[in-house]
Amino acid sequence: MGAHHDHDPHEAAPPAGRALRLGIGGPVGSGKTALTAALCRALRDEYALAVVTNDIYTTEDADFLRRAAVLPDDRITAVRTGCCPHTAIRDDISANLDAVEDLQARHGRLDLVLVESGGDNLTALFSRGLADLQIFVLDAAGGDDVPRKGGPGVAQADLLVINKTDLAPLAGSDVARMERDALRVRGGKPVALTSLRERPDAPEVAAWVRGALRRARGAAAAAP
Amino acid sequence: MAEIPAALLLLADARLPAGGHAHSGGLEPAVAAHAVTDLADLRDFLHGRLATTGLTGAALAAAACAYAAAYAPDADIPPSGDGSAGGRRGWRGLDAEADARTPSPAQRRASRAQGRSLARAARATWSHPGLDALAAEVRAPHHPLVLGAAAAAAGGTPRQAAAVAAYGAAAGPASAAVRLLGLDPLDVHRVLADLAARMDEVADEAAAAAAGGWDALPAPSAPLLDLLAEAHVRAGLRLFES
Repeated sequence: MGAHHDHDPHEAAPPAGRALRLGIGGPVGSGKTALTAALCRALRDEYALAVVTNDIYTTEDADFLRRAAVLPDDRITAVRTGCCPHTAIRDDISANLDAVEDLQARHGRLDLVLVESGGDNLTALFSRGLADLQIFVLDAAGGDDVPRKGGPGVAQADLLVINKTDLAPLAGSDVARMERDALRVRGGKPVALTSLRERPDAPEVAAWVRGALRRARGAAAAAP
Repeated sequence: MAEIPAALLLLADARLPAGGHAHSGGLEPAVAAHAVTDLADLRDFLHGRLATTGLTGAALAAAACAYAAAYAPDADIPPSGDGSAGGRRGWRGLDAEADARTPSPAQRRASRAQGRSLARAARATWSHPGLDALAAEVRAPHHPLVLGAAAAAAGGTPRQAAAVAAYGAAAGPASAAVRLLGLDPLDVHRVLADLAARMDEVADEAAAAAAGGWDALPAPSAPLLDLLAEAHVRAGLRLFES
């Protein structure tokens, strides 16, 4: 985990009585679904969870999560995005809001809903109307200049995950430089280095989510 | 020509955050079946859609606009419903009329999903007793009903509501065609412009029909679109909800 991970000026608490909504975005193949599965496995015994997947092709991501049995079937919903994954999480969030509401209606109280974006480019960003917090996932082997270039997802996400660090040496990527660049463009907001292949439980990301859930509960309890 | 309230333009704008971008109006299964492969096919598809579900939706939207307008505090007519839908009055009666004109279960679900999203967007945008009553009486109303009620809330007439519905019936699938077939967006917009006069005719016809009883609203159908909609929900590859 990078520096200053307790400092987050954008930390948002959900309105009292509803689940914390955590967006997980990032380019195609960076490990969004693997991270979603990891968080479900790590947190499902502590919190009431549900997942909404946004897949530009099929319900493949939702099917993967079901096959991996990280959550019961009826806690995973797939949304189609009409060839526009970024539209569905940013400009027009209605299908995702409907899916979240349906999960909430079906399961009563939920603590956390993970909304996994379809794979997109570096300009993707979750609307604050959909996600209280968001994680952006990068592939360390996908080019070590990506954090330096920035973009809304890299710069503004509440947590940046640089995944596949095990592949970085093979792709000639300098992970230390990626982390350094990321911390700079993110104004000190946290960065996590992960290898979901080597550590499929993503302990540092799960710890960050636990912290966010504790703060959300604290904020809800303190609300008048 | 009546002045168009600017608020009504929000309703016709594809940027309205009401879920429309994820629906292709039956174009995706038509493309998958190789029934639409180029610009000429798209023109024919849009003509057909306007004449069938386009007219039906426009007439329902016009009827819903007139009905919602009667809820306004200064309206002359009390909103009694016309009671012609199997004894069900009010918004549920008009919703049943939409069901009766939508034989495909997949299309019913798509219409209700879009109606639910549009109701959320419209109620976040305008406050109107007709719109509120619709949301209270029907959980996920058919899309044309919400469109008509929202048009009333935006200060539009039934004829204008019908025009927005007819425009959407063609513009939605046209936009999907650009994304699915890689058609030149300038060519596609010329096709839409060529269809504009036809959209106006459909809106005229729809508004005239909506002035009568609900049970007499137009009900032209497109059996092939119904079948394609059913095939679509079973397809392995779907980019659009409908």
